[in-house]
Amino acid sequence: MISARNLTKRFRLRRGEVVEAVRGISFDVHAGELVAFLGPNGAGKSTTLRMLTTLVPPSEGTATVAGHDIRQDPAGARRAIGYIGQGHGAGDYFRVRDELVTQGRLYGQTRKQARTRADELLTVLDLEPLAKRTVSTLSGGQRRRLDIAIGLVHRPPLLFLDEPSTGLDPQNRANLAEVIRRLRSEFATTVFLTTHYLPEADALAERVIVIDHGRVIADDEPARLKEQTAKDSLDDVFLELTGRSLRND
Amino acid sequence: MTSVIFEREIAPVLRNPLGLVFTVAQPLVFLLLFGPLLGDVPGTGWQWFVPGILVMTGLFATAGAGWGIQAELQGGSMERILVTPVSRASILAGKTLKESLSLLAQAVLIVLVAMPLGFRLHLLPVLAGLALLAVFGVGLGSLAIALAIVTRKQPETFWGAHQFLLFPLVLLSGVLLPVEGGPGWLATAARLNPLTYLVEAERALFAGDFLDSSVLWGAIGAVLTAAVGLTVGARAMRTAAL
Repeated sequence: MISARNLTKRFRLRRGEVVEAVRGISFDVHAGELVAFLGPNGAGKSTTLRMLTTLVPPSEGTATVAGHDIRQDPAGARRAIGYIGQGHGAGDYFRVRDELVTQGRLYGQTRKQARTRADELLTVLDLEPLAKRTVSTLSGGQRRRLDIAIGLVHRPPLLFLDEPSTGLDPQNRANLAEVIRRLRSEFATTVFLTTHYLPEADALAERVIVIDHGRVIADDEPARLKEQTAKDSLDDVFLELTGRSLRND
Repeated sequence: MTSVIFEREIAPVLRNPLGLVFTVAQPLVFLLLFGPLLGDVPGTGWQWFVPGILVMTGLFATAGAGWGIQAELQGGSMERILVTPVSRASILAGKTLKESLSLLAQAVLIVLVAMPLGFRLHLLPVLAGLALLAVFGVGLGSLAIALAIVTRKQPETFWGAHQFLLFPLVLLSGVLLPVEGGPGWLATAARLNPLTYLVEAERALFAGDFLDSSVLWGAIGAVLTAAVGLTVGARAMRTAAL
């Protein structure tokens, strides 16, 4: 479902300084897998995700997502994937249901299909009473649920989530985990998510890829990683792998 | 796909049409405050002044377009749309179309306010003038969107750049005062200002004169602005996610 080969991203800053955010990452994700992509702040997670979702072109290397090469066929890739970014997907000045309908139509659904799908998702994500509200009036948790609903509109076989649980209370986090589990059990969706809540990664994902300084430093089942590092929690595994010192990058 | 983006953008405007009245408040103040003062200046009057105000409205309305897209770039909804199959060109076209139509609505409102004050409406030429303004608005809207994308990492510079570019353009186009009688350097600066041609075309049309040569130059200017704007805008849109 995902096949990344030597993905590299260099950013040119002013005064000719070059930052290598991602340094030759390669990995494969099979259909139906749920993979957590972990790493400290600035490790290159978001940049990798932004390359895989065609938002930024790689400096070197390439990747295939859902059968489409991100360099040769970015439009095809976009049609086949879903992406729930770190920011707010829903625009401030629009109404909740309108944003869902717009999203469906951007994926080629007819007006009628888009409306039906929007209503389904409003129910699934408990947003029905908010359908006519303007997005800017929603609470943080409500907005996040809407962003997730927007990402699911076209039933993508491959879904990317960038820190979906950041800033959510335990109820909303549990709700999110439930939605993700159901995506897998009911629709066999492949899920690739980044997170900082390691217990969540532990509970949800059957595989974690840890990156640091733009490179993959571990790629295995959570249980195996704990075994290898002789640690009890994924938090400790993470600190063992990436070091305990604070990062500035 | 352009129509989907356009519908998304226009929905909040249609739900709250009063918002357009507020955005038109500033040009209306100019109209009502300066208009009567111009009564004694030869070669001016309402037929002369209203077209200038409309062009000015277009210039300032674009600030709104830039501001809107900047909020979307900061917030994340732009990114979400960039990951859907819709083309970058359609995103630009849909957003620009909304700006152009809002400008048209504001222009109609200004004309309606000016009519009881003594503005004489030559319907067909004025409609042509409004069409010209809408084409010009497409160019301005795209340029403002491009500027917002270029300055997205330092949002505050958008305003600085916008004002820096707009004020000389407005003042040197003879929107508020006739520049023909001014000193030589002023007349030359006005000639070099692309906006001057549009203002003159609008003035000819609002005076009911279809066949004035300035109409042709204004039309060329408006189409050129739209073409350049869309090209620059499309280019900027491709870098929006970087």
